[in-house]
Amino acid sequence: MNHQRRSVLKLGTALGLAVSAGFLTPMQAWAVQQQWNEKAFGATDVDSVVASLGGEGAVESDQITLIAPDIAENGAVVPVGVNSALPNTTEIAILVPDNPSTLTALFKIPEGSLPEVATRIKMGQTSDVYGLVKADGKYYMVHKEVKVTLGGCGG
Amino acid sequence: MATRPMRIRAQNKDGVTEVRVLMSHIMETGLRKDADGNVIPAHFIKEVVATWNDKEVLSAQWGPAVSRDPFLSFKFKGGEAGDEVKVTWIDDTGATRTDTTKIR
Repeated sequence: MNHQRRSVLKLGTALGLAVSAGFLTPMQAWAVQQQWNEKAFGATDVDSVVASLGGEGAVESDQITLIAPDIAENGAVVPVGVNSALPNTTEIAILVPDNPSTLTALFKIPEGSLPEVATRIKMGQTSDVYGLVKADGKYYMVHKEVKVTLGGCGG
Repeated sequence: MATRPMRIRAQNKDGVTEVRVLMSHIMETGLRKDADGNVIPAHFIKEVVATWNDKEVLSAQWGPAVSRDPFLSFKFKGGEAGDEVKVTWIDDTGATRTDTTKIR
């Protein structure tokens, strides 16, 4: 086989592997980094998180159901669910103020989706866990204390 | 580096589809140290997008405090058996993975 054909085949294989390995192009990766709310994820208290999401404080609401254990057996895997009965809920977030970074996860609820999400989070120590909801452009929240016996941030 | 597949279940009941996903990712916080005292760098899923027949039904931004091998559950109105639900994650290195399932 001549050398040119060999190099073309080699390059093609490498590019094919890169695409199939699922790496974004540098442009796409940059776009994701820009969208990710660095300020919100860097905040260390509830009010700062709400402010960096564009809110003016969050009002307590009994229309939000926070599903979380009273005592977490394992701080590395704490199941948390947030269900909102507030009309026009567009965002749901989980906040843990006593974690190194207060904002754990932020969900956008498009039209047609239910304002109910569940996931599992790490908690470094006993802390209040907040279910934060954006509905009709305003922020609402509910919280409960989750006791942690074995911290989940590791190290 | 190959990423491991997500396990996705999508079930329609009474006009609402519930999707449950189990992803495979280390979700390293960047706060741990190895045996020599060196910090293990952060490495975690930053963004998640889910679509139903190409309509976005959920998007999320995550920090490293989501547990390792993340679990996610969400619901949307509609969905017929056989429809496609796709879930995509993108992590802090730009690595990405999309898995698809059919609604039952």
